[in-house]
Amino acid sequence: MGIEGIGARVTRKEDRRFVTGLGRYVDDMVLPGMKHAVFVRSPHAHAKIAGIRTDQARAMPGIIAVLTGPELKADGIGNLICGWMIHSKDGTPMRMGAWSPLAVDRVRYVGEAVAVVVAETRGQARDAAEKVEVDYEELPAVTDAVEALKPGAPQLHPEAEGNLIFDWELGDAKAVDEALASAAHVTRMRIVNNRLIPNAMEPRAALGHYDRAEDHFTLWTTSQNPHVARLVMSAFYNVAPENKLRVIAPDVGGGFGSKIYIYPEEIVCLWASKRTGVPVKWTADRTESFMCDAHGRDHVSEVALGFDADHRMVALKVDTIANLGAYMSLFSSCVPTYLYATLLSGQYVIPAIHCNVRTVYTNTAPVDAYRGAGRPEATYLIERTVETAARELGISPAKLRRRNFIREFPYQTPVILNYDTGDYEASLEAALKAADYAGFPARREEAKRRGKLRGIGMSCYIEACGLAPSQAVGSLGAGVGLWESAEVRVNMAGTIEVLTGSHSHGQGHETTFAQVVADRLGVPIEQVSIIHGDTDKVQMGMGTYGSRSGAVGLSAVVKALDKVEAKAKRIAAHLLEADESDITIENGEVKVAGTDRSLPWAQVALAAYTAHNLPTGMEPGLKESAFYDPANFTFPAGCHIAEVEVDPETGHTTVVQFVAADDFGNIINPMIVEGQVHGGVAQGIGQALLEGCRYDPASGQLITASYMDYTMPRAADLPSFAVATTNTPCPNNPLGIKGCGEAGAIGSPPAIINAITDAIGTNDLSMPATPQAVWEAIRRQGH
Amino acid sequence: MAEISMTVNGRKVTATVEDRTLLVHFLREHLGLTGTHVGCDTSQCGACVVHLDGKAVKSCTMLAAQASGSEVLTIEGLAQDGELHPVQAAFKEYHGLQCGFCTPGMIMAAVDIINRHPNGLDEKTVREELEGNICRCTGYHNIVKAILAASEAMRGRAAEAA
Repeated sequence: MGIEGIGARVTRKEDRRFVTGLGRYVDDMVLPGMKHAVFVRSPHAHAKIAGIRTDQARAMPGIIAVLTGPELKADGIGNLICGWMIHSKDGTPMRMGAWSPLAVDRVRYVGEAVAVVVAETRGQARDAAEKVEVDYEELPAVTDAVEALKPGAPQLHPEAEGNLIFDWELGDAKAVDEALASAAHVTRMRIVNNRLIPNAMEPRAALGHYDRAEDHFTLWTTSQNPHVARLVMSAFYNVAPENKLRVIAPDVGGGFGSKIYIYPEEIVCLWASKRTGVPVKWTADRTESFMCDAHGRDHVSEVALGFDADHRMVALKVDTIANLGAYMSLFSSCVPTYLYATLLSGQYVIPAIHCNVRTVYTNTAPVDAYRGAGRPEATYLIERTVETAARELGISPAKLRRRNFIREFPYQTPVILNYDTGDYEASLEAALKAADYAGFPARREEAKRRGKLRGIGMSCYIEACGLAPSQAVGSLGAGVGLWESAEVRVNMAGTIEVLTGSHSHGQGHETTFAQVVADRLGVPIEQVSIIHGDTDKVQMGMGTYGSRSGAVGLSAVVKALDKVEAKAKRIAAHLLEADESDITIENGEVKVAGTDRSLPWAQVALAAYTAHNLPTGMEPGLKESAFYDPANFTFPAGCHIAEVEVDPETGHTTVVQFVAADDFGNIINPMIVEGQVHGGVAQGIGQALLEGCRYDPASGQLITASYMDYTMPRAADLPSFAVATTNTPCPNNPLGIKGCGEAGAIGSPPAIINAITDAIGTNDLSMPATPQAVWEAIRRQGH
Repeated sequence: MAEISMTVNGRKVTATVEDRTLLVHFLREHLGLTGTHVGCDTSQCGACVVHLDGKAVKSCTMLAAQASGSEVLTIEGLAQDGELHPVQAAFKEYHGLQCGFCTPGMIMAAVDIINRHPNGLDEKTVREELEGNICRCTGYHNIVKAILAASEAMRGRAAEAA
């Protein structure tokens, strides 16, 4: 590794613009003639729309247009879709209810878009939006998925009788039932995974521009995957054909999954721009983010985990109800199925696993992938259950896990996945050491003397990143391929541009991707530019989610680099009159090994373009592209240990120590990887202690719709974290990397809850473990 | 409409704005200073923090008219002669930012925290002082480190100057 190459702790190239206020986010964009959109949203969780009157609003100052659902439909704009087909166990396809970008005759959640007002200023648009009169006929609402499945519950979609979207299963039910019947011990739990609101700090925004001269659309949007946005808007929403639609995702202020999906507002801004002839910008206020961004999690599960007399796991049975909200968001169906049930083997040998999942419509915001997406739900379920089992069996949680660890790879689980490599003992050991696990009893005693209840809890998680290969996910119902593309463009004077379909919204690609190029070609990272987030510049891409940018996106870059390097070597061999196999590239020079003959990198680049002296038959230029389709998922894994102190008088929990020991395979930039872990852990601790989306069950109103009501983790809620890494390189991609973006949010919630339940002596505790919840749990124990 | 005039990043500006114009919207939309961000609508997130007459304020929580006659410093005015302010430099050095959206407000708040604690800071104080600023990316770990390091650097400079 060079000082800027793979493995180097390089500070980020992109930081200078961000720390000086020169980042360029969608809401910062201004176009000549640009007008402002404000949406009229449903105040009801469930209602029929009997009529919409816009005449008063149209008469307000500065109004350009007031547009409604029927006009959108008349222009042929399509309904939003879910792009992953799941079939119920009876073979019937999932039941997708119609979701119009602007509601036509019925609204199904608070905040659903009903009309849009376009005006000279945002203030004028807001004033006029308040004058749009919608006649609602209220209907009874249901927000809880378990309630929604009961007979007599309010019904959301005619397509989905009983509010059931699909009833799906994975695994061998008969084998599981038999194994549980003869198990020496069965641990049973009801596990609730609390609903979360993603809350990227940048609210979503969209700026649509229709160019009449070219009959061409441009959309600036807060997207993690602009190419997917373009595909979906052209192929399904009928906004514009792909060749007439450019999507740009400039600096994007965090995503965490919530900016994967294509939302009604993006479609409407483009359509409204054509309708009005002016560029139309919309920026969510935070209340809209709470109401309308896709939420995460919201599972209720019954679990049974059986053990033999030697404490070896014999079977796992899981029955889950997953709330998908009022409409099926773009990837909502794969989250509680192929990103969830497939992970239920955890780090353990479990001979038989069966999981049944029922997904349900409710009068709440759509639910889709949020940092981890299915994998946090699986990890929380298995790690809470294993910890509880250890307590019931009277053996240490580390010992029970060790007894059941998978130790031979590759390992085929009973739930599709084939783990390629790992060393779970190593990460457990690293975490135990970093946490001074052995010293815990003394710390507990010391806390007791101060009147505090101290607890320690662990979680050993497995993750599957970089969904793949395309052929396999296609057979499971995915509507897209999950490759990535890259182009490496060596310019005439030797600087390099890398065009990638991955998208950075905080992950630091401009630095890490440049490090890979620097490592390979020996050029300084300042001479390498990473270009992303623009469908007119980068030809193809699938975007950033599921911790795929490193494992998949960078692999495509490496493939393109292979081609560039091979061609550069051929050119250099020709110019230096040497054999191609003797050419090496080091420190910005192209050399003949074992001699003093060399050419500067820039001279080889120039030679490729002057084309004055190239090998016979060679095309000019030094620019190569590649698609990379992974052979398998990657499987990051690790062990997180939390130590907490609970004040029994108030129920308040303080996280006194948090250790994350993760195996991410090879690492490009440890500083950035540690940052990803810190952020993920903070979100996981947020889920465990603070965050919980609440709808009023009677009215369906979103109660947690602001930062006054939804508890975001703040600096004083969190400790500094101890982060360690172990390494079993991924054998399936050229850099041996696994992905690190979601691990923190996956591993940490069960570690925290296991620690609190250890402290208070009861397993009966749900997330978020607020002071009230913990206090009540203590009181139930009669402390 | 309100007639307002103020000094922003050392430059005198005057304008006529709607009475209801918030300071943050005046900075972003009238002056094109888009480094100051809007992350919420309840004065909680702190993405909009600027300095008003030397003190950190949330620019989403005051009218532009209320700032008339004041000196305003935004993130764009913090670096001097192309050299990053020690807090900006520390955020970069310690990886105190990821997506960058909360960063301008975080940095402006941090400068104020350091100014108010000339005798230095500890981790607990920094975490408590950051109560009005929300970050979703970093888990605050590296933000805290950056502020502690910047505090030390600025005290070192002050000692040299004295």
